[in-house]
Amino acid sequence: MAFALSNQEQLLSKIAAGNGHGEDSPYFDGWKAFESDPYHPTKNPNGVIQMGLAENLLCHELVEDWLMNNPKASICSAEGLNEFKGIANFQDYHGLPEFRNAVAKFMGKVRGNRVTFDPDRIVMSGGATGAHETVAFCLADPGDAFLVPTPYYPGFDRDLRWRTGVQLVPVVCDSSNDFKVTMEALEAAYEKAQESNIRIKGVLITNPSNPLGTFLDRETLKDIVSFINEKNIHLVCDEIYAATVFTKESSFVSIAEIIDQDIACNRNLIHIVYSLSKDMGFPGFRVGIIYSYNDQVVSCARKMSSFGLVSSQTQHLIATMLSDDQFVEKFIAESAKRIAERHKAFTWGLSQVGIGCLKSNAGLFLWMDLHHLLKEQTYEAEMALWQVIINEVKLNVSPGSSFHCPNPGWFRVCFANMDDRTMEIALSRITSFMLKNVEAKVPNKKKLCWQRSLRLSMSSRRMDDFMASPCMSPQSPLVQART
Amino acid sequence: MGLLSGKATCNTHGQDSSYFLGWQEYEKNPYDEVQNPTGIIQMGLAENQLSFDLLESWLARNPDAAGFKRDGQSIFRELALFQDYHGLPAFKKALVEFMSEIRGNKVTFDTSKIVLTAGATSANETLMFCLAEPGEAFLLPTPYYPGFDRDLKWRTGVEIVPIQCTSLNGFQITETAIEEAYQLAQKRHLKVKGVLVTNPSNPLGTTMSRNELNLLVNIITEKNIHLISDEIYSGTVFSSPGFVSIMEILKDRNCENTQVWNRVHIVYSLSKDLGLPGFRVGAIYSNDDMVVAAATKMSSFGLVSSQTQYLLSALLSDKKFTQNYISENKKRLKQRHRKLVSGLEKAGISCLKSNAGLFCWVDMRHLLRSNTFEAEMELWKKIVYDVKLNISPGSSCHCTEPGWFRVCFANMSEDTLKLSMQRLKAFVDSITTTLHNQSNHQSIKNSRRRSLTKWVFRLSFDDRVTGER
Repeated sequence: MAFALSNQEQLLSKIAAGNGHGEDSPYFDGWKAFESDPYHPTKNPNGVIQMGLAENLLCHELVEDWLMNNPKASICSAEGLNEFKGIANFQDYHGLPEFRNAVAKFMGKVRGNRVTFDPDRIVMSGGATGAHETVAFCLADPGDAFLVPTPYYPGFDRDLRWRTGVQLVPVVCDSSNDFKVTMEALEAAYEKAQESNIRIKGVLITNPSNPLGTFLDRETLKDIVSFINEKNIHLVCDEIYAATVFTKESSFVSIAEIIDQDIACNRNLIHIVYSLSKDMGFPGFRVGIIYSYNDQVVSCARKMSSFGLVSSQTQHLIATMLSDDQFVEKFIAESAKRIAERHKAFTWGLSQVGIGCLKSNAGLFLWMDLHHLLKEQTYEAEMALWQVIINEVKLNVSPGSSFHCPNPGWFRVCFANMDDRTMEIALSRITSFMLKNVEAKVPNKKKLCWQRSLRLSMSSRRMDDFMASPCMSPQSPLVQART
Repeated sequence: MGLLSGKATCNTHGQDSSYFLGWQEYEKNPYDEVQNPTGIIQMGLAENQLSFDLLESWLARNPDAAGFKRDGQSIFRELALFQDYHGLPAFKKALVEFMSEIRGNKVTFDTSKIVLTAGATSANETLMFCLAEPGEAFLLPTPYYPGFDRDLKWRTGVEIVPIQCTSLNGFQITETAIEEAYQLAQKRHLKVKGVLVTNPSNPLGTTMSRNELNLLVNIITEKNIHLISDEIYSGTVFSSPGFVSIMEILKDRNCENTQVWNRVHIVYSLSKDLGLPGFRVGAIYSNDDMVVAAATKMSSFGLVSSQTQYLLSALLSDKKFTQNYISENKKRLKQRHRKLVSGLEKAGISCLKSNAGLFCWVDMRHLLRSNTFEAEMELWKKIVYDVKLNISPGSSCHCTEPGWFRVCFANMSEDTLKLSMQRLKAFVDSITTTLHNQSNHQSIKNSRRRSLTKWVFRLSFDDRVTGER
């Protein structure tokens, strides 16, 4: 039996047999807990509420209305059927011209039309997931590395590394300065890599940041651009959350704007990854985009896009939708407004029980600070607290350690993937939990007395109890999403 | 230090191949009945455009699938959010049942063993990532689909070692050829991880015989390696001897739950059978749970759009539709195939007897100036630039014999096909005169050498023939 097993394993590649897929990370464990006991307002009101999924459900009805009024957008409707054959047959990896035009225009609008994008540089990919892997294949050889500021999206460990053999070197950003990316941290990470004979090929930033929900200011972006120019390494900017910026105080600055104004920058080093999964809330449609200022990369990525083209049916739908300027403008504005409202309601609710979050102005989540609730400032304590949050508070949130956060006690909490009622319930659960388990109730300003008065009732249930139960309980005829 | 990766700067993507160059030429000067009647006719693209009307009429009768609705209710939100790499259950069910139907229900497939991918392109690459390390090899019978050079090798670092098949036995796979491939791999210090076959074959258009399939099962059992059967054309088999899937062979040999069972994997797609290449619907079917698990995770890099999954789940769940489609599609392919074959015959050109696919494997060896690939390229260029037909030269499919071309017949109207044959006939008539004159000037020594060589070939063929055709 043992022989048969190892014999079998040998028949697979190391990639397939190993765990480079990253799914052993606690990021995914919470989902498993959710899937075995998912909240439903009537069928399972005591179930776990999913707050670990960065989805944007806030504006779907706007899209549904648009679809009802624009049947031509579907090649399968009576109005669009005449286009069916041409579209169904279209597998050119350049993509439908109208699709590229519409996406380029949309990207410009999301950035307040402060920059324009060239449709000929738009390359399709299998979601941003496929985009990141493809960019890594284009820019780096196995063993090469990218610098990534912490905390960062757990999926990068798989997307950038798994099949490519590329490494990720963390640029440590911590809570002492609100996780800001500093040049010192970048330089230090770079030097350390050099000393270990790791060849750095580029820097990867997510801007706006996941999980922080903040975006980089102009000065920092310019500094990063200088840094990569000086070292002659690439800069990959994941701007997947660009349209989730809801602040009116300052403007989101895209890397496109920086290099537009900076003639000294070597544009061959600059690449943007984008997707419609967050801004429009269409993760199921797999619309990933690579936008590179390097012609060779565009050409190579385009050839590689054969491995993950966007369905032409979807290209057609998106092309029609995003060409409707009126709709797009309305959508972008309304989406930002609703995200802002949700963000405000949630941060206020948390503050009422003394829970603070990193001040943020973008994203579909909050970076929640619970380090004062930890028995000790360790990741074990963070995991223990997380167990409690899942098991007793019945919320799936994502522990900071899964984002490689250097400080224990931070959690990413998503707020845009549920309706208002569910959000209220989530907040009320947090409130009851905090009131029950913590002696003193402190208004948001001070967080001093926590550690002394702390008495958390820790569940004795082990992590393993939450591990995958093979059956998923679908709430709809469609099985719920995982990633 | 190079700015880009090795993969970005090499040409393993294979797009410098003539296979793609012909397309480029076509795109510069594409034939159009009205707007460009002297343009290049595209015969290098294995597309199935014969049965769109069947799909369109189904869509017209089934508005719900079209408008993100089920039973009148909008399911847009659910679909827009659905990114589970396990795929839409209803779609997977409909797909495996469709696959079974294509195989005359002689085999059934399990939805838990199917992995959805962005086209067969992605399926094949993913299987390489799952089954082989960089530097290891898969054996492929020649001639093979030019895209494999990119799909199997480019980003994976896996090598392809050819199993040389020749016209002497209709390009069937022989035991000797496989052994020779193994020796070649050894010489190149390559560890062989498996064999990949396309059945029905691209570019041959033939279904694999039971003998060949059994031979393959023997080999992979003996050598403890994998077998990937790319069955992307399984629904295009239009005449006898009919399609035998590798799964059927394994069943017949009672291989279920043996180790060999776990090493056989099928690749499928809806691009050829249903003529929907734009929708990027591919699949890996494997009996091995670990392969399914790994491939499922890898499919994150190229999932099928949920919008498309939903549409196709409705389409393929309609059994009345699928039954009718499968049989009508075959009828039309058979008819069209016949037209191409007779058109070629009129031009004095024969092709490999075939019963499947969207193309014929055409024998133009007699039109070559010499039995060389240079002569093949010369002929090909004439056909593309002068005759204005984009066909695929055998060398781009790694054929070992010069003079063979793949000619597609299902991606154009009947009139266009007719025109292409007229052009070809005119061309052949003109050069036959030239060739005839040229050969009269050639030395007798040459022709003697050729017949001697043919005689030697025939001897060695008799030694090793195992196939039935």
